[in-house]
Amino acid sequence: MVRTLLVRGLLLGLLAGLIAGAFAFVFGEPRIESAIALEEAASAQHAGSEHGGAGHTHEHGAEAVVSRPVQKAGLFLATGLYGLAVGGIFALVYAGLRGRVGPRSEGGLGLAAAGVAFVAVILVPFVKYPANPPAVGDPETINGRTVLYLVMVLVGLAATAVAAVTARQVGAGPWARWAAAVAVFLVPVAAAWLLLPSVNEVPEGFPATLLWEFRLTSLGTQLVFWAVFGALFGWACDRAARAPRAALAAA
Amino acid sequence: MSGLTTPSTLPLPRLRPWLLLGVPVLLLVAYLVLMDNGAVSQVGTYLHELMHDGRHLLGVPCH
Repeated sequence: MVRTLLVRGLLLGLLAGLIAGAFAFVFGEPRIESAIALEEAASAQHAGSEHGGAGHTHEHGAEAVVSRPVQKAGLFLATGLYGLAVGGIFALVYAGLRGRVGPRSEGGLGLAAAGVAFVAVILVPFVKYPANPPAVGDPETINGRTVLYLVMVLVGLAATAVAAVTARQVGAGPWARWAAAVAVFLVPVAAAWLLLPSVNEVPEGFPATLLWEFRLTSLGTQLVFWAVFGALFGWACDRAARAPRAALAAA
Repeated sequence: MSGLTTPSTLPLPRLRPWLLLGVPVLLLVAYLVLMDNGAVSQVGTYLHELMHDGRHLLGVPCH
């Protein structure tokens, strides 16, 4: 049973990842290209003014480790493998939640869990530390920013767990239960948004429209992944739950 | 009674080995795709460069 769920999560995650990759390719790649063009123009100017130019740790041109066409193919590799890993973890967590927490129907639980995962793991960190295109972000601070990002993910997950436990304790009807769960979720999340250090490494003069469009596209990529994955996983679980009954009826 | 569509609860002892083995392996895959800059993979920034566009568009800090 666990094995079936895990395989389902891995395969549907891979599929949803590739679909999200297609969305990112169509809407995201033009913005990445624009940002790289700005980055290269800025570093060329920099190298001109300070001869010898400080060794840039990240190259996109002909001297790069991986060429641009390969990086574009790598987009699908990245979103596909991301989907595989996330889908597998999701399926194992789902196996533990089934019959314990959330909606009673298989499809309903799959879809609801994917929606909650999107809010907790994607939206909560995104609000504090939004996605950045190339040229935005100082390579020197990558480790610190990665840690802060992961802290936000953990806050989102912990707040979700506390909200789920709270919802079970409140027995005063669905409205009170939902209100309590949302409040208990938002308190630690809002505290983290307020208290964790902010990051602003947008270079002077970087076009605001490009930054906004890139961030929207990045959030859209994750939304496509979780919506497609949740729908496929829920559908597959519903179908599997119905199959034995159909076999029984046919017998 | 739609007993067959109501999810059956999986006993935790049956689930535990899957969680203990599966989750770390899958987290490692996610780490290599999203965050590795050579510390674990030992291939320098190769994974960073290969997964570059995906990291930016999936929204994780890239560089």
